[in-house]
Amino acid sequence: MENFFLDNEDLLFQLEHMDLDRVIRLYEDEFAEAAKYPYAPKDVADARDNYRRTIEIAGQIAAEFMAPFAPEVDATGVKLVNGEVIMAPPTVKAWDMLSKAELTGLTFARANGGLNIPLTVLSMIGEMMSRADASFLNLGLQQDIGATLERFGSAEQIARIVPILARGEEGSAMILTEPDAGSDLQAVTLKATQTANGGWVLNGVKRFITNGCGRIGLVLARSEDREGARGLSMFLYKRGKETLIRRVEEKLGIHGSPTCEMQFNNAPCELVGERGRGLTKYTMWLMNSARLSVASQGVGIGEAAFREAEKYARERCQFGKAIIEMPAVYEMLTEMRVAVEAGRSLLYETAKVVDLKEGLERVSELHPEKSAELKADVKKYVRYAAFFTPIAKMYNSEMANKVAYDAIQIHGGTGFMKDFNVERHARDARITNIYEGTTQLQVVAAIGGVMAGTAINIIDEYAAEDWSALPVHLVKTLEKARDSLERTILHTKDTNSQEFLDFHARRLVEMATDLIMAWLLLRDARHSPRKLRLAETFIERLQFRVKAHSEYITAEDAFFMKNYREILNIKA
Amino acid sequence: MGLNIVVLVKQVPDTKNVTGKAMKDDGTVNRAALPAIFNPEDLHALEAALTVKDQVPGSRVNVITMGPPSATQVLKDSLYRGADFVALISDRKFAGADTLATSYALKCAIEKIGNVDLVFCGRQAIDGDTAQVGPQTAEKLGMNQVTCVSAFTKLDAKARTIAVRRSLESGYEVVRAKLPVLLTFTDEGFAPRPSSARRVMMYKNASAAPTAEASYDDCYMNASACKDNEIIALWDIASIKADPESCGLAGSPTKVKKIDSVVLTAQDIRMIDNSESAIGSLVHELIADHTIG
Repeated sequence: MENFFLDNEDLLFQLEHMDLDRVIRLYEDEFAEAAKYPYAPKDVADARDNYRRTIEIAGQIAAEFMAPFAPEVDATGVKLVNGEVIMAPPTVKAWDMLSKAELTGLTFARANGGLNIPLTVLSMIGEMMSRADASFLNLGLQQDIGATLERFGSAEQIARIVPILARGEEGSAMILTEPDAGSDLQAVTLKATQTANGGWVLNGVKRFITNGCGRIGLVLARSEDREGARGLSMFLYKRGKETLIRRVEEKLGIHGSPTCEMQFNNAPCELVGERGRGLTKYTMWLMNSARLSVASQGVGIGEAAFREAEKYARERCQFGKAIIEMPAVYEMLTEMRVAVEAGRSLLYETAKVVDLKEGLERVSELHPEKSAELKADVKKYVRYAAFFTPIAKMYNSEMANKVAYDAIQIHGGTGFMKDFNVERHARDARITNIYEGTTQLQVVAAIGGVMAGTAINIIDEYAAEDWSALPVHLVKTLEKARDSLERTILHTKDTNSQEFLDFHARRLVEMATDLIMAWLLLRDARHSPRKLRLAETFIERLQFRVKAHSEYITAEDAFFMKNYREILNIKA
Repeated sequence: MGLNIVVLVKQVPDTKNVTGKAMKDDGTVNRAALPAIFNPEDLHALEAALTVKDQVPGSRVNVITMGPPSATQVLKDSLYRGADFVALISDRKFAGADTLATSYALKCAIEKIGNVDLVFCGRQAIDGDTAQVGPQTAEKLGMNQVTCVSAFTKLDAKARTIAVRRSLESGYEVVRAKLPVLLTFTDEGFAPRPSSARRVMMYKNASAAPTAEASYDDCYMNASACKDNEIIALWDIASIKADPESCGLAGSPTKVKKIDSVVLTAQDIRMIDNSESAIGSLVHELIADHTIG
């Protein structure tokens, strides 16, 4: 039987060497539920064993029920018939299998029908699902929406809705984007009006809504008579006849996922949490979980595309030998492999940081007596999660695009044909650095962490670990690169120019991301000689990337910002 | 009103994934070289039972297997997928059973469960390939039987009838039977569902071997997490009220006189045209060298 977990040595490696002890203790609240639920773990080892077995089940579903049908799903797409979305049959079947395997409520609390699985494990499952079929977004969405409700909904809303989501009986959607409110969600205009009996109704149009056909949705709408973010609240609604699916988009990729345009005509809904916090608090939280899902999607697509390219390069002979033997090809393939593994290490470090933050916040809420003691850690991991999440999303979505692009290149003309999977991977990858916040917006979210010292803090924490077992020159190279990042940050600060900072923000964030991944690869190298070679290869190129960025940012003559208006003919 | 279903399953050596020498020199199966798996067609039978349970509320899926304590793995797999009750029929007096003695023991176990509406099993096991145990069990129970089922066309729990699609070499037929009925399944329909993550967490520690001989009789192996629940029942010859004379070697008229280890020597295949004349001449050739006829 095929299995996308058991056939993936790097994924097995990550799970084996991941230090999840603290995450488990926090999530399980010192195993308080072991006596209540026969399926709750009794200790750390038991929990790890549960995770492994759960990932293995998901790996089987991905390999057997999803991957073989991905080309069919891509070709069939979704259809809108009489106002209802018809999914490709294999998508429906895959969801049924996930629901039978009781994976549809993975991360929810046991009391709500879930299994209390951390995001780290969900990310592994997400990675495998995306490797199988990147258009299969239902599982991640379901977790994000249920978890947002668990976090901010009323006890009554949670008890009524989350178990339905956990059983997979209904699909779900996060309904944010509008024609004129994409990256800028503060501009949302969908109107929420309070009725005479105190209920709420929605009126207006939403666009680009992934799985908008799902019966249960969280909707961002303007409930207050004021502009900007503070006028927006979050609403829970169950789709009925008052909400029309007007169209499903024809897209470049992820054909299996319905992207809906929706019209709300007095659609009844209910308020979630407090008025005016819809964007600033709830959507931001929801968006961060969704960004982690996209990061895992990126790793999954990268893995899938790399595998296709590697297999092809071994089999394809030109000029009397396999093309994998040729420098131009093995360089691309090695870069791809290194990029995927670096991205994976970043993904799981990010997921762990977010899990620590979530776990610490939960325990602080459950046990107010512990909150003083945990306060410093909560603060730290809130800051770390806010930095790691956008860089993991940025790096892995860009990586998926690059790897899928090169995978086509390795296939040559064959890769351009629909007969092979790589063109699908490239099309599917293309949305990952756009939705849930473009790469440019991830940079906006992460640059604060670079300038305020969070990134350097993280890097210094890694550097302070015991590296004596590893080659000293690698550590030295990273220390040098770190100093160069710090100097570049200082230089940027000294310019006192917001535009200068905005202009170089992506380069600064990339330098920090590069350094963090290098340390993570070096950590992996403690357990495996192969990983040491991988880290070595990564660090060798990193030093030049960091140097190039640093020299460009700190160069005395900077023409770009002076010239662009003239080049683009923009009037001052 | 739910249906009471019994699924007969077997743990078999995985003849598709041979890790070492599959046969010993004496021609018997070298079980050590072959990983033990859930007999594939039995998994389809289990899926069929779980499908009935999904469709007819209140139904109960009982899974039984006969074998050594290690066979509890297939029972655990059944629990993971949704079985309500599982039992291992294990007793050294069952050793050496042929299909007749096996079906007798299974019949006794099914009677112990009692009030059974449906008995499901795989068409045949990949180790013995006899396809006899299902039909013999039905005969002993005095129950209707339909073999080689690949789909249900209609299940009417109220009227107590079931219509099934039965695979034939030349096509298929739809057969309707009254309950109780024993059905054997091919691997064409009822693709097995994956294990449920929750149930895996719940039953993964359900243990296999009883600790002492004294506890061997009708004792229950328990899932460590559900200590008071009877999870894996262990039934011996007495607990299923079987006559020792009809069990094991004593109850098996099949006597193996000699086993030859057949090594296939054919090296090549020959393709012929799909035409009357080419097929005709091949048939003549095979008759001439006494391969057929």
